[in-house]
Amino acid sequence: MSILVDQHTRVLVQGFTGREGTFHATQMIAYGTEVVGGVTPGKGGTTHLDRPVFNTVNEAARATGANAAVIFVPPPFAADAILEAADAALPLVICITEGIPALDMVRVASVLRAGPTRLIGPNCPGIISPGKCKIGIMPGSIHKQGHVGVVSRSGTLTYEAVDQLTRLGIGQSTCIGIGGDPIIGTSFLDAITMFGNDPDTHAIVMIGEIGGNAEEIAAEYIRAHVKKPVVGFVAGQTAPPGRRMGHAGAIISGGAGTAKDKYAAMAAAGILCVQSPADIGATMAKALGAAR
Amino acid sequence: MKIHEYQAKAILARYGVPTPRGEVAFTKDEARAAAVRLGTPVVVVKAQIHAGGRGKAGGVKLARSADEAAEHASRILGMKLVTPQTGAEGRIVHRLLVEEGLDIKRELYLSVLVDRAVEAPVLMASASGGMEIEEVARENPAAILRETIHPAVGLQPYQARKIAFGLGLAPEVAGASVAFFQSLYRAFMETDASLVEINPLVVTGEGKLVALDAKMTFDDNALYRHKELRELRDLDEEDPLEIEASKFGLNYIKLEGSVACMVNGAGLAMSTMDIIKLSGGSPANFLDVGGGASAEQVKNAFKILLSDKNVRAVFINIFGGILRCDVLATGVVNAAKELQIKVPVVVRMEGTNVDQGKQILRDSGLGFTVAAGMKDGAEKVVALAGSSR
Repeated sequence: MSILVDQHTRVLVQGFTGREGTFHATQMIAYGTEVVGGVTPGKGGTTHLDRPVFNTVNEAARATGANAAVIFVPPPFAADAILEAADAALPLVICITEGIPALDMVRVASVLRAGPTRLIGPNCPGIISPGKCKIGIMPGSIHKQGHVGVVSRSGTLTYEAVDQLTRLGIGQSTCIGIGGDPIIGTSFLDAITMFGNDPDTHAIVMIGEIGGNAEEIAAEYIRAHVKKPVVGFVAGQTAPPGRRMGHAGAIISGGAGTAKDKYAAMAAAGILCVQSPADIGATMAKALGAAR
Repeated sequence: MKIHEYQAKAILARYGVPTPRGEVAFTKDEARAAAVRLGTPVVVVKAQIHAGGRGKAGGVKLARSADEAAEHASRILGMKLVTPQTGAEGRIVHRLLVEEGLDIKRELYLSVLVDRAVEAPVLMASASGGMEIEEVARENPAAILRETIHPAVGLQPYQARKIAFGLGLAPEVAGASVAFFQSLYRAFMETDASLVEINPLVVTGEGKLVALDAKMTFDDNALYRHKELRELRDLDEEDPLEIEASKFGLNYIKLEGSVACMVNGAGLAMSTMDIIKLSGGSPANFLDVGGGASAEQVKNAFKILLSDKNVRAVFINIFGGILRCDVLATGVVNAAKELQIKVPVVVRMEGTNVDQGKQILRDSGLGFTVAAGMKDGAEKVVALAGSSR
C-alpha cells in the first residue's frame, strides 16, 4: 500500500500540450504512471503523446474516468485550473505551478474547504508512490519502493533525502512535496495523519522549513497519535529574519517560524531531529534498526 | 515588494482611508515649500526608508515653522538611519514626507494580512498603538483583536463594529470606523497586498480616525497584474547585487560570510547554508538558480557571487534529478573560463550522466574540487575558504 496514489490512479494533465506539460507527462508515462489524457482549452479533439486532449476538465474526466489531475499551467491561470479540477469533482489535484498570487490561493482554499477535492501544492514537486505511480516533476530513478513515508515543503531537498534513503537500501511508500507557499492544499498534518494510518508505512521523514507553524502543529499530532519512528529536519537554521528565502512561505516574521522553535516542538514530540541535511538517511537507518 | 509610507498613504487615500495631508520632499527647499503649503502650526518631517523604528533613530522630527522644517530636512536627508529593522549597515535617507501635525488623543494598532493557518485575510487590532505588534503578542496576546474575513463575502460591518467596540472607541467614532476598516480591507485585496499596517491609527481631538503611519507590502507573485504598483519600486532601498540577480530570475540574498553558494531549489539552498555553518564556515549568500539550472543561469550566478568581495570560495550544490550533469558541468567550465575565476570552486552534483559530468570538471584543468556528497562538499569548501584568506 501507499497513500493517495498507486497503480489504480488515472491521471489527467492540465496544460498537457505546453512545454512543461509535455516534458513531464512524457517522463510520467515512462515511469509507468497511467496518464489517461490531458486538457488544453482550444485543442480538444486532438491527440498528444498518443492520448486524447480535451477542452474542459469536466469533459476529460467523464471520457477517461480519471481520478487525479496534475497542473502545469502558468501562474496567472493556475487558480482557475485548480477550481476547474475541483468543479469536475476529481478527488486529487496536484498543482506544480510556482508563483501563484497568495490571494488567488485564499479564494481557492475557501472553495476547496467545502468540497471533496484534495489539493497537493501549489509550488511543489508532486507525489510519488515508487514503483506504482509518479505525478509531478521529481526524478523517478532516485526512488525505491518500500516503507518510509516522506513529506516535505521543498523539492530538491526532498530528492536529497530520498537519495540518501535509497542509497542505504531504504525504500519509500509514498513521497509528497507539499509545497513552499504560505497557502497549500495538503499540510504536514494531513500527510502525517495519512502516513500514520497507512499500515504499509513503517516510519516517516518530515522535512520542514522556516516560516509559519505547520511543523509545530504536525509535531503536536505526532506526540499524541503517531507510534512510528519519525525523523525530522528543518531547513533555514542560518536564515536571517525578515527575508523571504526563495519560497514565499519561508520567512521568519515577527520572531515566529524559526528553525529553533520548530526543532524544539519536534524534539518535544519524540521526533528524531537531524541538524545536518546530510544525516537524514543515516538517522532513519538507525531508527529502523532500533525499531526491528 | 515594499513601498514608502507616503506611497502607501496615497494608495490608501484613493480607497477612502483618512490620512494626514502631506507631501513628499527630496530636498530641503521642497520640504520648506511643503511646510508653507500645509500651513499648520506644526508639521512633521519623516524620513522615508523601507524599515520601521525611524522615530527612535532620529528620522522623525516636529517643526513649528517652515524654516525649522527645512533645517530638519537638511539634517535628515543623506543621513544613515540605523534601526532594529535595517541591520547594522543602516539605510541612507533620500526622501522625506512632510505632513500636517495632528492633535492626537489615542494611538491604536490596525493591520490586514493573510493568516496562513486559517487561509484567509484577517483584520487585526490592538489598543496599544505605536508598539510593535509582536511585542504585544508576546506580552499580552489577549489584547490583540482579530476578525477572519471570508474572501467571497468581504469584511462585514458587524466585524468592523466588533473591533471598534473592542478597542473601546466612543460610539460616534466606532460608526466611522466601519467605513475606515472596509476601505482598508478593499485596498488590501485590490492591490494584492501581503500586509497593510496602520501603526499608529490615531483618534484626533475632533474624534476622527486617521492613519498616522502606513506600511504596505505587496505579493511579488501578483505584481504582474499591477503595473502601477511596480512603478513604485525604489531601487535605492535594495541591495545592488540582489537587483542584478533579479534581472536574471535568480533568487539571491546577500549574507555576511565568505562561502558563496549556488544551489538549485530554495529548500536545498537553505540547507546548504545550514551545512556550511555546521562545518564551521559562514555562508556569503542564499542563491537559488531554479530547478533547471541551465548553463546560462550558472554563468549569471557566478557573476553575481563573485562581485561580493567577501567571497573566498564557491560551493555549487546541484541536485539535478532529471537535469543532465554533463550539460551542467560544461556550463560551469565555460563560465569559469570566461569569467577567469580565481577563488576555489567545489562542485557537488547529482543527476543524469553524473560520471560524465565529473569527468568534464576534472578534465577542464581549472582545479575544481569534486565532492562526493553534500557533507563532503561543505567540509571541503569551508577548508578552502579558510586557507585562501
